Amino acid sequence: MAKKMHDTPNLDQLESGPWPSFVTGLKDLAKDKDYVVDLLGQLEESYQTKKGYWKGGTVGVFGYGGGVIPRFTELKNADGTPKFPDAAEFHTLRIMPPPGMHYDTDTLRKFCDIWEEHGSGLIAFHGQSGDIMFQGATTENVQKSFDEINEMGFDLGGAGPAVRTSMSCVGAARCEQSCYNEAQAHRAVLNTFLDDIHRPSLPYKLKFKFSGCPNDCMNAIQRSDIAVIGTWRDNIRTDEELAKKWFAKHGMDELVNDVVARCPTKAFQVKELSKIKAGEHTSTVAVNDTHGIEISNQDCVRCMHCVNVMTGALAPGKDKGATVLVGGKSHLKIGGLMGTVVFPFIKLDTEEEVASLVDYAERHIDFFAENALEHERSGEMIERIGLANYLDAMEIEVDPAMVNSPRMNPYVRTDGWEDEVAKINAKKQAA
Amino acid sequence: MNQAVQAAPAAKRKPKETGVPENTKYLHPTLLKNYGNWRYHDRPRPGVLHHVAHSGDEVWSVRAGTQRQMDVHTIRKLCDIGDNFAEGRVRFTIRSNIEYIVTDEKKVAPLIAELEKNGFPVGGTGNSITMIAHTQGWLHCDIPGTDASGVVKALMDELYDEFRREEMPNRVHLSTSCCEINCGGQADLAVIVQHTKPPVINHDLVANVCERPTVVARCPVAAIRPAMVNGKPSLEIDESKCMCCGACYPPCPPMQINDPEFSKLAIWVGGKNSNARGKPTFMKMVAAGLPNNPPRWPEVGAVVKNILTVYKDDARPWERLADWIDRIGWPRFFEKTGLPFTKYLIDDWRGSRYNLNASAHIRF
Repeated sequence: MAKKMHDTPNLDQLESGPWPSFVTGLKDLAKDKDYVVDLLGQLEESYQTKKGYWKGGTVGVFGYGGGVIPRFTELKNADGTPKFPDAAEFHTLRIMPPPGMHYDTDTLRKFCDIWEEHGSGLIAFHGQSGDIMFQGATTENVQKSFDEINEMGFDLGGAGPAVRTSMSCVGAARCEQSCYNEAQAHRAVLNTFLDDIHRPSLPYKLKFKFSGCPNDCMNAIQRSDIAVIGTWRDNIRTDEELAKKWFAKHGMDELVNDVVARCPTKAFQVKELSKIKAGEHTSTVAVNDTHGIEISNQDCVRCMHCVNVMTGALAPGKDKGATVLVGGKSHLKIGGLMGTVVFPFIKLDTEEEVASLVDYAERHIDFFAENALEHERSGEMIERIGLANYLDAMEIEVDPAMVNSPRMNPYVRTDGWEDEVAKINAKKQAA
Repeated sequence: MNQAVQAAPAAKRKPKETGVPENTKYLHPTLLKNYGNWRYHDRPRPGVLHHVAHSGDEVWSVRAGTQRQMDVHTIRKLCDIGDNFAEGRVRFTIRSNIEYIVTDEKKVAPLIAELEKNGFPVGGTGNSITMIAHTQGWLHCDIPGTDASGVVKALMDELYDEFRREEMPNRVHLSTSCCEINCGGQADLAVIVQHTKPPVINHDLVANVCERPTVVARCPVAAIRPAMVNGKPSLEIDESKCMCCGACYPPCPPMQINDPEFSKLAIWVGGKNSNARGKPTFMKMVAAGLPNNPPRWPEVGAVVKNILTVYKDDARPWERLADWIDRIGWPRFFEKTGLPFTKYLIDDWRGSRYNLNASAHIRF
């Protein structure tokens, strides 16, 4: 039995209602832990005063420089002692999950046992960067709990100016839209940079995210410095059995209004079967005895919409790989940036092909470490120096797939034009 | 660098720098067997995904909402359900929903019943409003303007039925963020703290706590400059330039940006992560000035519900919030939702000219 609970009139109101309540969970923990009794006390005070009361500090585990988020209470009595002394230290361990966030119950139970013994008993699955967040341990217990979690085969994630924990979607494990082995790429890239994850020494944070298709379930384009998005080069595959099944259920109105009309490049047409033209770059499939679908794959931008609506009837092609974008981030400091295409297509089937992605990542991080200003993200650095200079440094050839349109102003010095044309022509001839 | 505070030397154990673990040992055996060979999926009912492999194997995934910040008793309860009613393998989605994977369709209904009996709503698939991506807030963050878990609990209580149904025009992703850094991320609809007053500086502390050049460099509008105040080196703010973003607060806690009254909440709409149909989009601010009103933030809930109700009634199938507004236009969005379009919603940050209407395209 723990000590008496503090009054929590505000938090109590978050116990009613149908959604699972974190307050009820905390109160459950507080039955046995003075630690959580005082945590609830401090949280209630925040609800009353509308102020936060945690400050950072310096707490870590032996051998690593980051991965623990230190929190010390700032809520003090007049004499300087903590108002809620049992929760005066409330540090979080960020632990990297397996790709796709798959677990067996045995592993989850072991996490619970460790955290019940050494920590608050509060675990978040998962934080916004993808970490399992073991929330709430005293400075003394951080090392003990890390040692036990580490012995289970789990490692600390990133914090501060470091390579951060990554996320990959469920992908090939359970999704028909998967275009590469997300888990393999995720581990190959991240595990190359363990030193940069565990010992923060970059100009600022650097995030990778891995989505298996352009649905981008990991939100990689908007919030990762390097986004790896599955895609394919050949034609959309078709399955007549499933196409007819879909049509029988949904009919012509839905096919026209929900699929044809929503194709962003008008690559998707419905035609009478007799008018459908097969071709090297055309996908065709009948939906009933009179009508069928004709997709011009050279016009298709792999947006996924028709494949999402008619899953199975339509599917990504067989020549799969990924598009790589660089520079996504949120507002601070110059405003939100989405990633920019730097590789329209790479293959990721073999270990060598995955290694070439890792090689690019290494060259990017080297360049970032050397050229970014303090607290500058990759996207801001590229905005400052211009994409062309970045590509030069990375030895990546320019490609019109990298831009929405060519430049709209004349403010560029073009006296190297002939040399560039000569280089492109020489390359064409050599090919 | 962070090794100043350590356990006793005897306890020093070298970490096993193993990195990201392999997921194969955690995968359901049927997922491992059919890895990369799935044919299609459908959704027999809200909260259930049915995947069929090219081998003919089938799996059902039952998805349930959680509170994300879970106590060990809750996690053990979820494990008990996984062991007794499913097949011992689970995964979590990016929005903190748990998924149970089973190979026997007969297990689906009892599993759903057990989850709901224990208070875990089954849903969050397809055209539902799924669980809110959120941050830490007062529970753990060092710079929060508001709470996270509490806002989410209050909103999800309101949106509970839509989580368990698939009746929205398309999927709806929500996020909340406790400061303008927006850790909650881009979403169809986001609730984000919006400060309205410049930071209040404790000049006694700046010199000892803050690396002043770093703080000066952090300001997006160059409003901060070094100054001597009361004989001490400190910082001052050009309040006519300051747009109250709070970027100076993390590197310099004596520049307090959070204020119980003047830290307000804003609502943003139309973020889309996916490339489906149009390219990904950033969300746009459509309402601000909402009070930070714990424990249930009713004013925020009312605006969120209003926008989502109008969207649900008016959007066509497969239109995400951004797609819907693309079709009806911003004037009609503000008209239909009744939200005031104020001058503060006209972008004046860099690149803002591309957000202005440079055409005669007007809907009447």
